[in-house]
Amino acid sequence: MLDTENTPLVSVRDLKMHFPIHAGLLRRRVGEVKAVDGVSFDVIEGETLGLVGESGCGKSTCGRAVLRLYDITSGEITIDGDEIGDTSQAALRTKRPAMQMVFQDPQASLNPRMTVEAIIKEPLDEHTKLSELEKREKVGELMDAVGLNRQFAKRYPQAFSGGQRQRIGIARALALNPKFIVCDEPIAALDVSIQAQVVNLLEDLQEQFGLTYLFISHDLSMVRHIATRVAVMYLGKIVELAPREALYAEPLHPYTKALLSAVPDPDPSLAKASNRIVLQGDVPSPANPPKGCNFCTRCPSVMDICKTTEPTYFEVQPGRFTACHLYENNNDTAE
Amino acid sequence: MTDTTMTATAVEKSRNQWFDVWAQFRTHKGAVAGLAFLVFITLFVTVGPVLWDVDPGKLNIRNKDVRPIYMAIFDSDAKVSWGSPMGTDNLGRDIMANIMAGGRVSLAVGWTAMILAVFIGTLIGVLAGYFKRLDGLLMRFTDLVLALPLLPLLLVMMLLFRDPLRATFGPENGIFILIVTGIGITSWMQTARIVRGDVMALKEREFVLAARSIGTPAHRMITRHLLPNVMSPIMVSATLGLATAIITESALSFLGLGFPSDFPTWGKILFDSVDRMTAFPERVIWPGLAISLTVLAVNYIGDGLRDALDPRIRGQ
Repeated sequence: MLDTENTPLVSVRDLKMHFPIHAGLLRRRVGEVKAVDGVSFDVIEGETLGLVGESGCGKSTCGRAVLRLYDITSGEITIDGDEIGDTSQAALRTKRPAMQMVFQDPQASLNPRMTVEAIIKEPLDEHTKLSELEKREKVGELMDAVGLNRQFAKRYPQAFSGGQRQRIGIARALALNPKFIVCDEPIAALDVSIQAQVVNLLEDLQEQFGLTYLFISHDLSMVRHIATRVAVMYLGKIVELAPREALYAEPLHPYTKALLSAVPDPDPSLAKASNRIVLQGDVPSPANPPKGCNFCTRCPSVMDICKTTEPTYFEVQPGRFTACHLYENNNDTAE
Repeated sequence: MTDTTMTATAVEKSRNQWFDVWAQFRTHKGAVAGLAFLVFITLFVTVGPVLWDVDPGKLNIRNKDVRPIYMAIFDSDAKVSWGSPMGTDNLGRDIMANIMAGGRVSLAVGWTAMILAVFIGTLIGVLAGYFKRLDGLLMRFTDLVLALPLLPLLLVMMLLFRDPLRATFGPENGIFILIVTGIGITSWMQTARIVRGDVMALKEREFVLAARSIGTPAHRMITRHLLPNVMSPIMVSATLGLATAIITESALSFLGLGFPSDFPTWGKILFDSVDRMTAFPERVIWPGLAISLTVLAVNYIGDGLRDALDPRIRGQ
C-alpha cells in the first residue's frame, strides 16, 4: 500500500472499536459509541507516526485498540508480522514484550502502593527469568537510560514530580526491549518545560534502541517536532495521513486546515495576518454520527454529496492519504 | 563484600519496608494505645489464668455476691474480699476468673469469625468486581444471603449440625467450629459489596491498564495491583467485623444456642448479669468494658495500620 522501501512494523486495517450502550430497565443494547470506526494505517519501522485530533475523537481508544488492550469489534492488526486482531488475551501475553505503552497521566498510571523499582521490575517479573540481582541491575540501567537517579529506586511514585513519574512510565515501557511503543499523550499532563524534556528523551531513546512510536497527541507543534508522518483523526476516522512536512505545508482535508490554522503563532504580526478558520458547532456524538461524511456538519467547503455518501480513504498523492470528496472529484477528472 | 557495600550505598533505604510501616504506626497515638490494650487483654486471658489460679466454674455459695474491691472505698460495710478482687456472682463464682476464661473464648471466636468473614467477603468482592461475567451471579447471591433472616438461620444451623459436630470434635470444639462458621458465613456480605465497588473503580485506573499492556495475568493483577489498593476498606470492615462477631456470639449464647451454660464467654457473663444489674452493676460493667475496649482497641489499630500501610501517607 505504501510505496516506501521500508516494511511496515505495524499495519492496521479497517480497525473498529465500538462500545455498546446499554439502557433501560433490562439493560438492553440500544446502540454503540463508534469510538474508532474503520481506521487503517501503517507504521514503518523506526518512524514516529503522530496521531492528532481533538478531544474525544478516538485517538486514545485507537492506540489502546492497536495494542489489544480492548477486544476490538473488527479489523486486522499486524505487529511485527503477527496478526493479533482476534488473538485471545492469553495467547497475546507472549507477544506483549514487543509492544508497550506510555500513558497519559503519569499519576494514574503508576500503582501508588509499589516502589519505583517494583513498577519497573514488573515487566521483567512477568516475561523474563532473570535472577533478582540481574533484575535489580536492569532496573538500574533503565533508570539511568531515562535520566532518573538510581538511588530513588525504593521510593514511591508520589515522591516524584510529574516529569519524573513520566520517566518511570517510560522506563517501564522500555524494560522488555519493545519494538513498538504507543505514546498515549505522554506530555499532555506535564508543563511546557518538562514536555520538551520528555519529548527529547523519547527521541533519544528512539535513536538508541531503534524504537517505533505511535505518538498520540493533541499538541500539533509537538507532533510536528517529533513525528515523521502525521495522521489526523476526526470522530473515529482518519481524515488525512501525510508526511509531516507536506501536511503542515499544505493540508488537504478541510478539517486539517482548520486544525492547523488554530495553532497559535508566537509572532503577533503573523498571528494577525493569518486568517483563522473557525469551525462552527460541536463535534457530533460518536454514538450517532451524521450520514455521509462525518465532518459534513461543520465543514466550510461542504458539498451535497458529503451529506449522502461517505468519502473513501484513498491515496491522493504518493504517500498522502485523505478521505474527502473534494479530492475524489479532482482525482476523477485527472484520470 | 565490596559488591554488597556498593549496592547498599547505591540504593537508599534498602532497609526493611516493615520498619517504615512501624515508624508510621508509632506516630498514631490511638493505634499504639490500642495495640497496648490488645496485648494486655490477650495476655490477661491467656497468661492470666496461670497466675490467677481459680476455677471459674467453682461454686462457693458462702462467698456469693462479693462486691469488687473498690466498693470498700465508698462503703465500709460492703462485702469485699481480696480473694476475689472483681467480686463473685450470685453462685459465688469468681468474676475475674470468669472474665479470663470467657475472654479466651470470645476473642478466639471474634478473631476466627472475623478472619473467615473478611476472607469470604474479599474473595467474592474481588471476583465479582474483576470478572464481569461473575458479577451478576455473585452479587445476586450476596443479596440473597443478605436478605436471609440471620438469627433463625443460625438457630437452624445450630439444631442441624450441633450434634454431629459435637460427636466428631468434642463438645467445646464442635460448638466453637459451629459458631465461628455460622457467624463467618453470615457476615461477609458488607465486605463483599465494599470490595466489589472499590475493585470496579480501580479496574478502570490507568495502572491496571498498564499492567494489562505488560501482560500481567489476572491472578497477579489481583494480588499485586488490586488487593493492596483495597486494603483500607477491608481493614475497616475487619475491625467492625470483630465487634459484630463478639456481639453475635453473645446473642447466641443468650439464646442458649451457643456454648453450654457452664462455659463462660464475655457475652454470656453480660447477659447472665442483666437481671440484677441495679444491685450489682459491676457484673455488667466488667464484661461490657472488656468487649467495648477490645473493639475500640482493634478499631484504632486498624486505623493506624491503614495509615501505616499507605505509602502516600507514610513518611509525611
